[in-house]
Amino acid sequence: MSINAATGQQAPAVSRKPALADMSKGRMLVCQAGVFILILACWQLASGRLVSNFFISNPVDVGKRLWEWTISGFIFPHLWVTFYETVAGFVLGSLIGVMLGIWLGVARFMSRLLNPFLFAFYALPKIALAPLLVLWFGLGLQSKIALATVIVFFLVFYNTFTGVREVDQDMIDTVRLMKARRHQVLLHVVIPSAMSWIFAGLKISVPYALIGAIVGELIAANRGLGFLVQRMGADFDTTGVFAVLVVIGLLAIALNHLVEIAQVRQERWKIVSH
Amino acid sequence: MIELRGLHKTFDRGSEPVEAVQDINLVVAPGSIVSLIGPSGCGKSTLLHMIAGLYEPSSGEVIYNGRPVVSVNTSVGYMTQKDTLLPWQTVRDNVALPSRLAGQAKAERHRAAAEILGRVGLDGFETRYPSELSGGMRKRAALARMLLYRPETFLLDEPFGALDAQLKLAMHELLLRLWKEDGQTILLVTHDLVEAITLSDRVVVLTRRPSRIILDQEVDLPRPRDVLNVRFTSRFKQIYDKLWDVLRVEYEEERL
Repeated sequence: MSINAATGQQAPAVSRKPALADMSKGRMLVCQAGVFILILACWQLASGRLVSNFFISNPVDVGKRLWEWTISGFIFPHLWVTFYETVAGFVLGSLIGVMLGIWLGVARFMSRLLNPFLFAFYALPKIALAPLLVLWFGLGLQSKIALATVIVFFLVFYNTFTGVREVDQDMIDTVRLMKARRHQVLLHVVIPSAMSWIFAGLKISVPYALIGAIVGELIAANRGLGFLVQRMGADFDTTGVFAVLVVIGLLAIALNHLVEIAQVRQERWKIVSH
Repeated sequence: MIELRGLHKTFDRGSEPVEAVQDINLVVAPGSIVSLIGPSGCGKSTLLHMIAGLYEPSSGEVIYNGRPVVSVNTSVGYMTQKDTLLPWQTVRDNVALPSRLAGQAKAERHRAAAEILGRVGLDGFETRYPSELSGGMRKRAALARMLLYRPETFLLDEPFGALDAQLKLAMHELLLRLWKEDGQTILLVTHDLVEAITLSDRVVVLTRRPSRIILDQEVDLPRPRDVLNVRFTSRFKQIYDKLWDVLRVEYEEERL
């Protein structure tokens, strides 16, 4: 309540309706569930009435199919394969990306020398490498891991490189004046400072690792969720396609969540700063 | 011993070069406190950067203990105008960083950090992050870091600028006390003439850019000095007036 400075009296209380955007978390969750159900209902109703069931299937069938796959265990080997490829590609790509990013960020000569080549590669849509990678690494998991690795590498590399370049020179100078050795400057200043950039890179690259794995499977595979989508599509099994898409979506959400947890742990100093 | 010989520094800013420092010759005796004073942006910080070996002079040279400074000068501790605490480390870890780099044991450096933080009035803030501190507190933490690792020479760039009057006096006293114990060489950049005279053996007045020395005034006030009351002595006033006469011209010219 505000006090009127001139008269010293209380200004009349203005009763304001709380803004919709400020509603509590629990209520918002209920509303979101409502939207979700509404979408499913529209889909269910439209199916077979507005659009043929053949093209869009319907939520009930998709749900049934998911249930069957879970009971029979049919989906799990495929899910595991895709998960494995994604994580392996993500880990490999990030490791190489972070290391090379830090190295080139620090080594000015090498970064100037290699810059045009890296940029040319960066501009290239990495998905186009898929056939080549299948040729090199075969139909197995390796070719998918390789594709995910290449995609993740460039995203993480560029973020790390930029992060290292953004490090405050005054901070580096201060620590060097304290007789810090090269690796100490790296450990205490450069890497922590670049950490938020690195994490941004890691975070955006998670869905791309999944894209790499799935695209690899779409092109040539006999296992995995991408392979499954491809096969269901070829069989005109729309219900199956939707069911696999749901599984892929859930996998993507789970992976994103893992990165977020890691980041919150990493950056306590930033979270406490307001 | 710090010797500046015919020091010039020119920066390439855009199309035209900016001359920051012009023909500076200065000898700082070991264990003495020398203040550099002059209008803002007159190249005082540039001078400190060159002594620390962070900038290369355009011509002339910096001699430190008989050797020319050609790379980072690790004998000096440099407290820059901007506080350079590491945001991802707690106040304690920041203050203890030099000891950590030197390989000191954790318990020992934490104990030493806690003690020095107490002396700059930051007890209880050991586990906070710099972003949780006010500007003045961050300055004090940066000062504590330097006081703890005790380099041979202190380069202080307006270290007490953001502090209130009482705290400033307390910091002056702390600095003089530690200086008496360890006898460092201290080079201090300041805008505060009273501060400069109170602390220093010599006050060097620089002109506005490009920076030259126009007055090198000895401060022959007896030590130990009472940081609060020394300013009320007649000798202090004489020195103050003499310096101010020169400095005023520089400030006036700057305003025109």
